Amino acid sequence: MSTILVIEQVINGLQFGVMLFLMAAGLTLIFGVMGLINLAHGSLYMIGAFAAAWVAGLTGSFLLALVAAMAAAALAGALVEMVVIRRLYAADHLDQVLATFALILIFSEGTRWVFGSFPLYLDIPEALSGTVTLPGGIAYPLYRLVLIGIGLTVGLALWALIERTRIGMQIRAGRDDREMIAALGVDISRLYTGIFALGALLAGLAGALVGAIQSVQVGMGEPVLILAFVVIVIGGIGSIKGAFIGALLVGLTDTLGGIFLPEIFKLFTDASTATQAGSALASMAIYILMSLVLIWRPTGLFGRAA
Amino acid sequence: MIPERHLNIAVLMLFFAVPAWALIMDEPFTITLATRAAILALAATGLNIALGLGGLVSLGHAIFFGIGGYAMGVLAFHAQTYTPMQLGGFEIAGTKSMPVIWLVALVASGIAAVLVGLLSLRTSGVYFIMITLAFGQMFYYFAISWRAYGGEDGLSIYVRNDFPGLNTLDPIQFFGLCATLLCLALLVFWRLARSPFGLALGAARQVPQRVETVGLDPVRLKLVAFVLSGMMTGLAGALFADLNRFVSPTMFSWQFSGELIVLVILGGVGRLMGPLIGAGLFVTLEHVLGDITDFWHVILGAILLVIVLFARGGVVGLFCGKARPDA
Repeated sequence: MSTILVIEQVINGLQFGVMLFLMAAGLTLIFGVMGLINLAHGSLYMIGAFAAAWVAGLTGSFLLALVAAMAAAALAGALVEMVVIRRLYAADHLDQVLATFALILIFSEGTRWVFGSFPLYLDIPEALSGTVTLPGGIAYPLYRLVLIGIGLTVGLALWALIERTRIGMQIRAGRDDREMIAALGVDISRLYTGIFALGALLAGLAGALVGAIQSVQVGMGEPVLILAFVVIVIGGIGSIKGAFIGALLVGLTDTLGGIFLPEIFKLFTDASTATQAGSALASMAIYILMSLVLIWRPTGLFGRAA
Repeated sequence: MIPERHLNIAVLMLFFAVPAWALIMDEPFTITLATRAAILALAATGLNIALGLGGLVSLGHAIFFGIGGYAMGVLAFHAQTYTPMQLGGFEIAGTKSMPVIWLVALVASGIAAVLVGLLSLRTSGVYFIMITLAFGQMFYYFAISWRAYGGEDGLSIYVRNDFPGLNTLDPIQFFGLCATLLCLALLVFWRLARSPFGLALGAARQVPQRVETVGLDPVRLKLVAFVLSGMMTGLAGALFADLNRFVSPTMFSWQFSGELIVLVILGGVGRLMGPLIGAGLFVTLEHVLGDITDFWHVILGAILLVIVLFARGGVVGLFCGKARPDA
């Protein structure tokens, strides 16, 4: 196996991980501050992708499509928070699971109603569609590199927002003691709506960005949502840093596992058995990773003790 | 408010009256719908042990449903193609006998429940929900990549499996079989809830610290409940596969895990007849609303939201109020 292939797969894994981070960051923020498990986060991802595909189809502009994706997801997030989610903060996790499961049903079928069952396509913009030659002579798609860049930028911005701004201070305070910051005159319910909309915006952005390399269809959000859960379990709930490292770990494990496991199996058995067993095991690799982390640290790598 | 026992009897009578009426009117499709409700109720009764008695919000019960389904699919596939299974040097013949298939389904889903339970119960609360959901996805992708048994396309079994002395292809006889198993499961649930084990489990759900203080291990209690729960759902999976004569990775899908929770909630969490009421309502809604619109899940979602936000005890709670310990 050539080094070029390995490097390519490592970059693919990073790109996948960075997109998972956009999903996981919102989820872990919402859980960390409001104590809410949001299954409908995948629906917000889907809404972002559909909004982007629709606007790109109308205007032909990818930039406008991205703006539309973020706006639509944030708006849907804020609306859902004010109508439904707000009533669930005090409820137990079972109620949260059910209500957000109900939201998935409504969003998925509603989207199918409006856009039909056939997938939409979102094209990579002309300026980003070529390949670039990396040091070492590897030709790599420019768009995927841009995704990594966007993901890292968003991660940095999120860190700055939470650690360096007044709003971030309120978010951190809300995570630790919500009564106290309410007593200090911070409008908690507006803060919560804002955080939820921010998480939704990140999910919508991820949906639009990934939508350009995959097809945009109903149900695209939930597999990503579940991977984001794996990321959070590995990183520790409520920790943005944990979400970032967990996302990269999951992205790399999934991508590299699919390449290397069949190769490793070929050392022991014949090619066709190795390909089958290897790809079956590769599909389970990230869950095995999650199990190992659970055995080692049940609250995740950066989670607080329960 | 009416006593829960009266409601339970009424529900059971309705459950048997519908297929009896369908038999007289010669409507085999209605019998098939009732069979479907019975099997879903069996799966949900399994979940009710973990969720209702143990307070374990498992979003991964499709794992056991799928394993039960594949137990049937794999065994019957080898029987219908006359090829023995290769298992570590041993050759095992397939089978079309339901009791054998059920036994394999129970054992296989039990082993899976021990493994998933041991790992998931290291955590609790929202971690537990996410982890069970993730393990469900793991089994789903494994089934897709398992090409020897159909991969993504699943397996078709051409003739329904046999049960000694019955013609299982006759809808009413197959319904009788499923209904009998459901009644046995309800009996197990009813006895379990009142047994010393069930009481300790209820205590472990409410105040684990106190349970520990009296020398019981709450995690172990929950693990046992989780395994029993998984086995019951696994048995339902085998029956479901036989009903459709088809297994596919969708039996492992996270949507099914979600729907199982919905069934339990619709009826009433931790209530004896909750799962059967939930399953009956679900199948009826699916059939009636599904005829009106292809998008009936929107309506289901709305109903679910209303129940979660305003009617938290489900149907049983609506009619009978809160559960009483001696009810």
